[in-house]
Order: sequence, then C-alpha cells, then structure tokens
Amino acid sequence: MGSLTARQKVGWAVITGAVLVYALFPVASVIATSFKLPSQLDTGTFLPQDWTVENYEAILSPDGAAQDLFLSALRNSIGISLIATAVAVVLATLAAYAIARLDFPGKRVILTTALGVSIFPVISIVTPLFNIWRTIGLYDTWLGLIIPYLSLTLPISIWTLAAFFRQIPWELEQAAQVDGATSWQAFRKAIVPLAAPGVFTTALIAFFIAWNDFVYGISLTSTSAARPVPAALAFFTGASQFEEPTGAISAAAVVVTVPVVVLVLLFQRQIVAGLTQGAVKG
Amino acid sequence: MASITLNNLVKKYGDGFPAVNGVSLDIADGEFVILVGPSGCGKSTLLRMIVGLEDITDGDLQIGGARVNEKAPKDRNLAMVFQNYALYPHLTVAENIAFPLRLAKGKFSEDEIQRKIRRAAETLELTDHLDRKPGNLSGGQRQRVAMGRAIVREADAFLFDEPLSNLDAKLRGQMRTEIARMQRRLGTTTVYVTHDQTEAMTLGDRVAVLRKGELQQVASPRALYEQPVNLFVAGFIGSPPMNFMPGEVDGDRITLPFGSFPMPEGIAAAVGDRRLVIVGLRPEFFEDASLMEESKRARGETFGTTIDVTEWLGSELYAYVPFETHPDVAAKLEELDRDLDGEGMRSQFVVAVDSASRVRDGDDTTLWFDPARMLVFDPETGVNLTRDDEVAARIDVENDEDRKASLARSQEREKAKAASRGD
Repeated sequence: MGSLTARQKVGWAVITGAVLVYALFPVASVIATSFKLPSQLDTGTFLPQDWTVENYEAILSPDGAAQDLFLSALRNSIGISLIATAVAVVLATLAAYAIARLDFPGKRVILTTALGVSIFPVISIVTPLFNIWRTIGLYDTWLGLIIPYLSLTLPISIWTLAAFFRQIPWELEQAAQVDGATSWQAFRKAIVPLAAPGVFTTALIAFFIAWNDFVYGISLTSTSAARPVPAALAFFTGASQFEEPTGAISAAAVVVTVPVVVLVLLFQRQIVAGLTQGAVKG
Repeated sequence: MASITLNNLVKKYGDGFPAVNGVSLDIADGEFVILVGPSGCGKSTLLRMIVGLEDITDGDLQIGGARVNEKAPKDRNLAMVFQNYALYPHLTVAENIAFPLRLAKGKFSEDEIQRKIRRAAETLELTDHLDRKPGNLSGGQRQRVAMGRAIVREADAFLFDEPLSNLDAKLRGQMRTEIARMQRRLGTTTVYVTHDQTEAMTLGDRVAVLRKGELQQVASPRALYEQPVNLFVAGFIGSPPMNFMPGEVDGDRITLPFGSFPMPEGIAAAVGDRRLVIVGLRPEFFEDASLMEESKRARGETFGTTIDVTEWLGSELYAYVPFETHPDVAAKLEELDRDLDGEGMRSQFVVAVDSASRVRDGDDTTLWFDPARMLVFDPETGVNLTRDDEVAARIDVENDEDRKASLARSQEREKAKAASRGD
C-alpha cells in the first residue's frame, strides 16, 4: 500500500467526519438536553442557555420528582442484568466447552436450536409469556425477566464462546499434563488464562443485551418491583401535565449509559486480541 | 534416565481400527530412537501412548522396568516437545521454561528454579529473550523454548513429535544438529517421531519403520539402508527413493526393463526358482559410463537408454528414465507407491550420476550399473530375498559400539567443562 494522495486524504477525512457526526450527534444532543432547564427545552438551541443539574437532581436526589421511579428501576436493571449475565456466561461456557472439545450426537442440533431461538422475534412471544407469567406468578418479578433475558443472551453467548474455544490449542492442556499437571491444574493454568478474554467479551455482550432490553421490560412488569430503566423512562412525568419530562429522561439516559462506558473501559484490557498468538505456529 | 520397553502395544479406536498393532520395541537407556513412516502409519499415536496422552488398548509399556500403562502423563516423568511447540502464550519465556518446575510444588526453591532457567537458556541461547512472550519470537526461538521446557526438568526420557516440521529448511538443519548435540551431551533416552527421512537417518541410533500401525524393521540407519527387510522399508528409506522394476528370470539371466544381464551368483541363489521378481536398485548404483575408468567399468554392466528429464543439483545429477512395467508386478508396485504416500504417476527410474556428466534431457546415453548390488524382492510377499542377516547384525553391532563411544566422549567433555567451571 502506497501512501495516500492529498485528494484521498481529504476524501477519507470527509467520510470519517460524516460517520462521527452521524454516530455521536444524538449522544451529544441527549447530553446537552440533560443540562437544560425544563422551560428552555424548546428554545431551539443545541447547547443549554443556562447550564443546570436540575434534571439530575430530579432523578437522583432524595427529594427529586422522579427519584423513586428511577432509583428502583436502576436497582432492578443492574440486578436483573447482572444475574442474567452471570447465569448465561456460566451455562454458555460449559456448553461451548463441550461443543468445542467433544464430539457427541446432537452437537449440531444444539447450535442450530440456539441460533433459531436467537432469531425468534421477541414481540411474538411476549404476549403468550405475559399470560403464562401471570398464571404462574412470575409476572412483575426479577425471575420473570431473568428467564426471558437468558433466552436472548444464552444463544449468542454459546456461539461466541464456542467459536472462541475452538481457537484455543488443546495441545496446551496436554503439554501441561506432560509437564506434570493434573487435569484440573492443566485446565486452570493453561486454558483458563487463554479463555478469560473470550469469557469477558461474551459477558459484556450478554450484559448489554439484558441492559438494553425494552420489550420484555415494559410488558412483563407493572410496578417498581421489577421494572428496569428502559421501561421506567416511559413512566416519567413532568412537573405539570403541560411540561414534558424530556430533561429528566435525558439525564436518566446519560446515567444508564455510564455503567456501560465504565464496563467497556474496565474490560478493555481483558479483551486483548491475539493473546493466543504464539502458542502454536501461527 | 530410563529404558523404555514396548511389549506388543495395541491401540484400537472406537470403530475397531487398529492405529497401532502389536508393536514391540526395546529402547535402551540413553538411546536415540526414531519412529518413522508415512502419514497415518501410527507413529504419533505410538508416541502419545508412551507419554500417556492416548490410552493403551492392549500390551505392556514399561519405563525403567516398571509398568506404566495406567499412569497419568504427569506421573510418567517424561518430557515432550510438540509439533506446534504448545508454548503457554500468557507466560514469558522464562516462565514457560519454569512451568514444569513450578508444578512440582516445594521440590525446588526459587533460587534453584532461577538457576535452572538460566542454565537452560544459556544452552539454547535464549538468555536475551527470557522476558519476552512466545508470540514475539521467531519459529526457531519458539522451538528452542519448547526444548528448554523439556530439558529443564531432568525427565527420564525426551519425546519429540515432529519438532522440526514447522521450520524452514535451513533452520531445520541447524536445529537437527542442535538436538543431536543436546541428546549426546545429556545422554537422555529419546524417542523422536518424524516423517522426514533425513532426520531419521541422521539423528537416530536406531530407526523403527512403521507401516499401517505395524513395525516393519528396527535397525541402525545404515542397516536399514543397506539391508532392508522388505519392499516397504527399501522404498521408504533413501532419497531419491530406490527404483523398483520387474525382473524376469530365465536360467542364469535376468531381464530388466532396460536390458538382459547375467545374474551374479549370490543373486541367483536368492532368486531360487522364481520366474518373476521385483528388483530394487538405488539411484547411486548407476553411473554415467562415459565418465568411468575402464577397470571399474568392467566390473559391472552397461546399457544404452534414452534420458527423459535431468535435474542438475551441483553435487550430482539426477536423470529420469521411463520404462514399461510388467503387468504381474504392476499391482504390487502401485500398492507400494500408495503406502509411501506416492501419487502413482508413471513408472520411471531415477539414476544419480556424477555432476560432471553432460547428459541432458532427451539424450541417448550409456549407463553403467553393478548387478551384484541389486536387491531382489519376492513379488508376492515383498520380502527382501538378498538380505544378509549376518551383515545386518554386524552393522548394528558396529553402530551400537560407535554410539556408546560417542556418548561416553560427549559426557567426558561435559564433565571436564563442568569441572573447569567449578560446579
């Protein structure tokens, strides 16, 4: 590849700029809106005329208008998403390990079923689920959301992890055994360090799926007992019926984005690509 | 250090296919034994049975006189170098080498471990790379790290599974001599699997040739080359391979595709009353008649032929001569070719003549060969009829004496070096 000509450079810069604006403008807009006074929401300017944290107070401070609604929803979201992620990753790790390492009848069936489940439209099963959940008492409970979230997170976790495990050279495990390790030591010292990045990545993806869900969240809950943040945002109200809660919703959106950003920053180090390079001849 | 004894080892997979079928082999303490054969002959399976990564279906495996069939790999105290090195990518070179030492909890102090790492690194010239990760090393360096991990723990035996097959030709040659030097110095029993016959011939004290899970012959490289037991061994050992052609016997004359020649006495005795045999002639048994002195020329036979293709290699010249094979041996030769991973392209024989020869593609020329050197095989069983057991045994005895002498010399030097270093 030769170096780019001036024209090509300009072209790429324009394309990059356009993509960045397209991707980041909504985020910037939400952040800007979250700092606006409720009375200045429709002034038509991008940046707030008077910067204020009133919206954040409304959802976070003890005497805020939407504080009850938001904090309980945040608690629900974090709890439900974490549990769903943990269960999905543990189950998917075991399943993917078996799929990658063993040759057993029905292996393809499991993978195909997982794929089938993941492409099943959520909206088509939400109504029957609503009826069943109400009958057996899972409606408006954490478990009532964790189970459907597993149906979303498990298939993708199994697929990602199976693909990842297939790349791990199993000779490492054998080499460790010859070097004097027990089966468990070989797994823990040779395989786990290599599998960890894949498991973290999968956990992250699973968490985001659960965290971002709206359809199940709004359909299978009715009170703050289990309602997650994306659903709770729809129940925000303004100070009066003539006032839109846009500012508070924006502030809540910013707050729920923070954990996601933090997670990515935390796990970034773990998701180091090419960690397996050099184990065997590449 | 220990001897390894394989007694009638059998490995059957779930479908009943015997990957290894009744292999018996005594590997003496300090001996370097090569397992060689074409792909799918069971040599790697056999090695993995010795190290414990494959279950043994039947037979006995003894290491140092004790039966180890049921022992886990970790309890067999063997060190193995894998074909793809199997280095731990998350550990530095030093920690890779230290891995087996750290697993033996409490056996070595940290000081000892560091000293052993340094010692191994010096031997293998890895000192500058100890803090690097395997991913940043070249193929040859990775290979040396894998060897470092093997030598650091003073195992009873080293097992190599095609360790050089991932290296390029030049490096392969260097590492080959490195492995030979290391084995002589340490005097550790070594089993080495390869499909490369240069490695087999140069490294091994003894070479075991396998075919379809069965042991064909175990002998010193020279005995294998000069006194093969059957067609398979004769065809497998040697590069370019031995030429096989039909030989029709008529009284005391034998008709080969390129002419009819009187049979020397020894050959005639071996042939007996057979009418048709398979004749084996190594490429170097031939010579360009025009380059030979008259006296030597008279000891053999000459024949005229048309050269198809030549390959000039600097040190010698290969000339290919197509021939018509006999229908009665065609099937046997084709089967042999398949067993040797051949493509069964065309029947031709190759002669290796002096590189000064002016023979070129399409030339009509006169070649010379010595009929007394030809090997004769039974066309049905493939058994080598001209094999002389006494000569073969003598070669092996000589080889064993040479091996012991060079091992002793190497150990002596090592001791002297250690004494001068003062440890």
